[in-house]
Amino acid sequence: MIAPFLIAYATVFAYPVYKMFALSFTDAPLVGEGQWVGFDNYIRLFHQKLFYTSVWNTGYFVVLTVIPNTLIGLGLALMVVRLKGWMQSLILVLFFIPYILPVSVVTQIWKWVLDQQFGIAQFIIEAFTGGRVSVFRDPIWAMPMVALVTVWWTNGFNLLLFIAGLRNIPHDYYEAAMLDGATRWQCFKRITWPLIWPVTALVLTLQLILQLKIFDQVYLLTEGGPFNSTYVLLQLVYREAFRSNHGGLGSAVAVILFVIIVVVSVLQYQLLRVRER
Amino acid sequence: MPGKTIGNALLLILTLVIACTWAFPIYWAIVTSIKPEQDVVNKTTLFPDVFNFSAYYYALFETKLSTWYLNSIVTSVTVTVVVILISVMCAYALSQIVFPGRKLLYGIILASFMVPSQALVISQFVLMHKLNLINTWGGIILPQLIVPVVVIVYKQFFDSVPKELREAAKLDGCGEFQILFKLYLPLNWGITTALAIITYIMAWNAFLWPFLVTNSDDMMTITVGITQTRDAFGVKYARDMAVAILAAMPVAVAYLLFQKRVTQALMLSSGIKG
Repeated sequence: MIAPFLIAYATVFAYPVYKMFALSFTDAPLVGEGQWVGFDNYIRLFHQKLFYTSVWNTGYFVVLTVIPNTLIGLGLALMVVRLKGWMQSLILVLFFIPYILPVSVVTQIWKWVLDQQFGIAQFIIEAFTGGRVSVFRDPIWAMPMVALVTVWWTNGFNLLLFIAGLRNIPHDYYEAAMLDGATRWQCFKRITWPLIWPVTALVLTLQLILQLKIFDQVYLLTEGGPFNSTYVLLQLVYREAFRSNHGGLGSAVAVILFVIIVVVSVLQYQLLRVRER
Repeated sequence: MPGKTIGNALLLILTLVIACTWAFPIYWAIVTSIKPEQDVVNKTTLFPDVFNFSAYYYALFETKLSTWYLNSIVTSVTVTVVVILISVMCAYALSQIVFPGRKLLYGIILASFMVPSQALVISQFVLMHKLNLINTWGGIILPQLIVPVVVIVYKQFFDSVPKELREAAKLDGCGEFQILFKLYLPLNWGITTALAIITYIMAWNAFLWPFLVTNSDDMMTITVGITQTRDAFGVKYARDMAVAILAAMPVAVAYLLFQKRVTQALMLSSGIKG
């Protein structure tokens, strides 16, 4: 009964994991055999400026998305959870619907909204900067805008988790606190925040791992430009393997990303366990 | 308390304003798509003066959208059916059948959470190339079949089914397959719909893998295809938006029809029971 899953698992999952490591020690092109070259690919990467740029940009993107996305999710959840009935459902749908859209649709919409000549968001940008900005062609604006689009796209999911967490807090706690004359802020600090912390930690973890894997939005919005200001690790994988035909080198980048994600997951898991005790 | 009522009303209005602002880009895309092309750039009105569906006509009948729709439907429906089928069988075995290496296998499946599928694209591509599956439905489908979280969610649900049911079925002479498909699956029908819908949405929305494994216009899924049309169109905003809306339609409809199930599945797969 487990055979179908096992066969699929071994073929398209376990074997590729092994193959990723194996390829990273060869000079293989994308398709075909290569020579064993030991750690050459890794050494080459550590001498490549674009590698450091990609690591830096991936980190920058993580900083721009993870904490804002978590805070906005929590903030919106606190507002939405107080509403009732169909009004709450309606508002939840409005916030959640971007999350189910395909990435190419999301980027298509935002390219139009932020279009330099006719984009409706340019009115807002003009109000602040005094001029129109071609946001995805400007090295300063590009990454924050990709982050903005990402937060818009993925926030619905965080919102959902927070609402579930808030609903689990027993109502009596607030009633008791109110009787004791606690203010709203005190209620939040003493009841909501400690009790919502496990969900917050979960959202942070999921976000961190998810955003380290950024590729689609960057590729579709900026293709890594301008001047590599939005070049990220997965894009380096894509470029080396699929554009420059360096399967080995591309795999080495993939291995590094893989290791980063495993380390982050394990660290987070340990940190959360300590917190729970 | 009148102060509280006013406070609540203000909060409601504020939330509503933020929610509408949040959803505005989607509204704006829809409005743009039903304006005549010259109005799109000349009249920045929040509501179209004339309803014009020529952008949709163009998108549906003068691009390869219908081919991409077909590819997307075939691949995402197949992915959904196979993922559910093989995962449910695996989960049932893990949960109910004692066999050597069961704990180890479960551990391995749990651990594969940490493997980012995006990092595997090179070796998966090489494999698909060896199997001659580049630019085929099979090539799009195969690497999407492993969704460890579906196995894990099913296993947890099967674990909580009372053991007596299974023993009674065994006494009646049912085989394992019969017990699974006639007893355990119907008992967990709700969670099956939830997981199926979310798998379908994820498969429909998949971008990176279909993008890498297809390079011919005729084999692309819709999410990949629509990113390739820009150049062919020149700058035609109404058409771009019509195409985007058509591409999102099958998931938007699925979500609106099964809202509760979608949210339930998402919470289960992230470890919060809904």
